[in-house]
Formats: sequence, C-alpha cells, structure tokens
Amino acid sequence: MTTQARIPSRKGARVTQRTLREWLIFVLFAAPNVALIVAFTYRPLLTNMYYSTLDWTLGSATATPVGLANYVEFFTNAESLGVLRTTAIFTVATVGGSILLGLGLALVLNRRLVGRGFARATVFAPYVLSGVGIGLVWLFIFDPTTGVLSAILRSLHLPVPEWFLQPNLSLAMVILVYIWKNLGYCAVIYLAALQAVPRDLLEAAALDGAGRAKTFTTIVWPLLSPTSFFLLMTTLLSSLQSFDLIRIMTPLGNGTTTLMYDAYLQAFGGYNRAGYSAAVSTILFVLLLALTVVQLRLIERKVHYA
Amino acid sequence: MIDTVMRTPAEPAAAPTPPAPRAASRKSHPRHGSALDHESTLSLIFRGYVPLILATLIIALPLIWMMLGSLKTSGEVVSRDLVWLPGSPTFDAYLTASQKVDFPRLFLNSTLVTVVGAGIKVLLALTTAYALVFVRFPFKRTIFAGILVALMVPPQVSLLPNYILISGLGGANTYWGIILPGLGTAFGTFLLRQHFLSLPAEILEAAELDGAGHLRRLVQIVIPLSTPTIATVSLVTIVNEWNDYIWPLIITTDDQMMTLPVGLTLLKNLEGDPSSYPILMAGAVVVIVPVLIVFTFLQRYIVAGLTQGAVR
Repeated sequence: MTTQARIPSRKGARVTQRTLREWLIFVLFAAPNVALIVAFTYRPLLTNMYYSTLDWTLGSATATPVGLANYVEFFTNAESLGVLRTTAIFTVATVGGSILLGLGLALVLNRRLVGRGFARATVFAPYVLSGVGIGLVWLFIFDPTTGVLSAILRSLHLPVPEWFLQPNLSLAMVILVYIWKNLGYCAVIYLAALQAVPRDLLEAAALDGAGRAKTFTTIVWPLLSPTSFFLLMTTLLSSLQSFDLIRIMTPLGNGTTTLMYDAYLQAFGGYNRAGYSAAVSTILFVLLLALTVVQLRLIERKVHYA
Repeated sequence: MIDTVMRTPAEPAAAPTPPAPRAASRKSHPRHGSALDHESTLSLIFRGYVPLILATLIIALPLIWMMLGSLKTSGEVVSRDLVWLPGSPTFDAYLTASQKVDFPRLFLNSTLVTVVGAGIKVLLALTTAYALVFVRFPFKRTIFAGILVALMVPPQVSLLPNYILISGLGGANTYWGIILPGLGTAFGTFLLRQHFLSLPAEILEAAELDGAGHLRRLVQIVIPLSTPTIATVSLVTIVNEWNDYIWPLIITTDDQMMTLPVGLTLLKNLEGDPSSYPILMAGAVVVIVPVLIVFTFLQRYIVAGLTQGAVR
C-alpha cells in the first residue's frame, strides 16, 4: 500500500499484476475439479456418441464404422420393444408408487404423534443404504423355498408366486423393493412442504366447516404442487437410471431389463457389444436430457407467472 | 442414486431448514385450542398411530430380519418350518463369508476408497466453490454453468468410455482406477457455493485488508463459518462413495481389489444355494450397518443434504 502511494505512476502495472495473481489463484483452486469433470463427464459424453456408430466387440482392437446401424437395430428389434416396455412399466410404477405412498406417509408424519421423529428417520434410512445390500436382504425374504414371505403365504394356504421364474413377477418384485427403498425420500420432502403450509389457512378452513378431505383437495394439494413436480422429476430421473437392485436381484435381467440395464448387459453382461451398448446409453441420455429440458422449461414458466 | 437429487432447478435453493428443527420450533408455540387440535382418540389411533407403526415396521423389519438371518445356521434357514429367532446366535456365517471372499480386505478397500475419494472430493469442492465466490476471474458464470450441467449428465453415459480409458491406462484393479473417474464434484461445489454466497462479505474484506491471502481466508475464515454445510457435503459424499456400485463393478475383476458391494455380488454368485443365506446376510450387514450407524447419529445433516433444493 505504501509503495503504491509513493509511486503513483506504477499503479496501473500493480493492478494488472494483482489481477493476474487473482486469476492464477482461481486456476489453482478451480482447475483440478473442472479438469476432472471435463475428462470424466464431458469427454465420455462425446466419445460414447462416437462409439455408438461402431460395430465393435469390447476387448477387440478393431471396430467397423457402421453409421446409425446400431440405432436402426435398436428401433427395429423386437427385444428392444420389450426393453422399452419394461422401462415404461418400471418407471411409472416406481415413480407413482413412491410419490403416492410418500405423500400418504408424510400426511401421517405431519400429525403430532409420539415417536414421529423416530418414524421419519426410519423410513428415510433405506434411501441411504447400499442397493446391493438391500437387494440381498429382499432376495432372502422373497426366496420361494426358504423365504419368510413364502412361509407366511404357505401358512395362510395361499399360492407362493414364482418371483424368479416369471418375468412379470420378477419385475413386480424389483418394483416393490425399489419403492420400499425410495419412498422415505418422497415422504421427508413432502413432510417439509406440509409443515410449510400456513396454519392459519388450515384453521380458517376448519372453522368454515371444511372436512379433512376437502381441506386437502382444495388447500393442501394445490400448495404442494411445486413439491410434487420436483419429486416427479427427481424420482423419474433416478428411476430411469436405477441399476443396483436390478443387477443384484435379477442378474440375467429376465423381465427386468430396462434401458439402463440393457446398456450394461450389452457391453458388460457377456455380449461384449460395445458399439450397440453405447447406442442404447445414448438413447437413454437423450431421454433424460429431454426430461431435464422439459423440467427447466416448466420451472421457468412457473417462476415467470409467480 | 443421489446425484439425481441435485437435478434441481438451476436457481439457488435458499439454505433449507432441515425439517427437524422447524418441527421443534413449532412445538415452542403456545398451544391454543384451535379448531385443528380437536381430534378424537379413535381417529388419532386409526389415522395416526396405526399407519405410523405399520410403516415403521415395514421399513425396519427387513433390516432386523437381515441381522437375525446373519446369526442363524444354514439348518435354521432351510428348515421347512420357519425359524424366527436364531436358536443359539452364532457368528459362524461371518467367518464362513470371510473364507469365501476376503471380507476384511474388502472392508479395507471400501474404507480406503471412501476416505480418499470423499476426502479429495470435499477438498476440491471447497476450493472450487471458494474460487467461484471469492476470487476475481472472468467467465465465472460460464464455468459454474458448466459444472452444473455436469450434474445432469447421467453417469452411465460415461461408463464405457471411462472404462476404455482407465483400463487402457492400466487402472483396472487398482485403487486409483476405482477412485479417479468419480473425483470431479459438481454436487459439493454447488452446495458449498450456495452457502458461501450467504457469508457476510465484510469479514472477508476485513481479512483482505489485513493482508490475509486467499488460502488463509479459506482456511481461517470461510471453513470455520461453514462447518454444518461441510459436514452435510462430506457425509453425503462418504455415503455415496461407500455405496457406489456400477463403476467398481466394471473396473475390478480381482477379488482382492473389489469394494464391498462388488465383493457381495461375487459372494452371491459363489453361494447360490438357499442354505447360504446366513452368509449373504452377514455380507449385507457388513455393507449396511456402518452406514446405518452413521445415519443414526448424523441423520440431520444427511437428510438436509439429500433433500436440498426441494424446499424453497
């Protein structure tokens, strides 16, 4: 500072030097992270699209450019129609199930009940636990011969479903476990939104003689709509990418091959079809991107009108 | 799983209050007999406690069943009549599991990958967020946007290219190969940046006038003022690293280099018979219970981190 005052003519040079030092510090602080993101997120995004135009066996040194043949194969193949169907069922069921059950649970947790803090923590817990571990636990429960579920059904003289032999039942099983694992996330977020509903509004409705159901449909549900929308988008995106449970519970993907699992199976599940797998994951990426763009558009609109 | 949570509106979420303290503050309000508080005991039981207890049981029982199962013998598991409680609880399954796959080694691998991976990620998030908020640089907005968009790129798109790159560099079955591709952090950067923007600028200006450099300002002022957010970012990152599955599954084939979830997959492939469920449950306990313990004590931070952006 003192030298600066003494030699005013050099002030400009000093400022530039200081600016350069700031820039240098910025680069030192931010560059490693940015470089990692570029190298392992952005670069692969482009490389993957390039791979998707190749006929290429994983591990092979040679690959033949085939243009869009992998995409053509996907969209003309009867099997991929099944993949799309599975993806749609899995996504709609898991998203709908966790949002609806999460909301129901949040409404219960929103009451002044003894032990609700404990219950809230308990239902959230599976969300942070390893999908592989959870999958094993549920395999033990669903096992047709030794599982506790089969034992209970047998003792009630009910038929024991062949969860692992029938593709539709395998899918249902994975959906149930996925909802079990994720509904606490929806419940906790809905609960926070419910607690933000102004109490006077609810009291006014109660004084006007509105019943529980009416208060919910006319006041609470509309106020929850931003939260519902947020949950719809986040659960949709994560459901489309779910992998752990499907991989551990149904390794062959019999009835449970979603787009995400198909991309994995094609490259790493024994087929070694790297090019085709890249095409499948690119299709999934485009789907996710489209959903994200829709989400951002809708939020923009809401913000403008708010 | 978790990174999708952050696919939230790009606009900042005002530091969300975790619901717990809010509930507590509501309790402190004087309770006047408002119209809402009238509820018959019957309704309270059937619409309140019954579903509450039911939901808690549905979530907790499978986890309790896992722990009980890991203490049973093979005979008790395959028995035609359901055995609810282990006759004489035994840790045999844990020992057998450790003979099939090297569990101490897997635990060590998982711990190492989690500590190193999460440690570097939090450090990178801290410096990046600090630079984005407090250091003068052109194109800061563009750089931040680039980091945010990375949150929206699903990890499975990068799977195959990263596998080709890392295995080509000799990273298959190495710690660095498991850790490196996941190190770039958008989630932590985003969360910490939001928090840093809320810090009073005067304190940092005063420190600058006192001649404190950026590193000192970060370490001595910004970090001490941000401990709850840093705890949140750290815990979420740690849990994610610990549970991470698809990348370690692809990049490790050597059973000495696997992380726990991958080792469990191997164990399940080796032990296909129903009589081996105690062994599989022992494996599940080893991967689940550490996180469960951390969650029990620090759930406030974890829940806040994972639901960030939802409540505005």
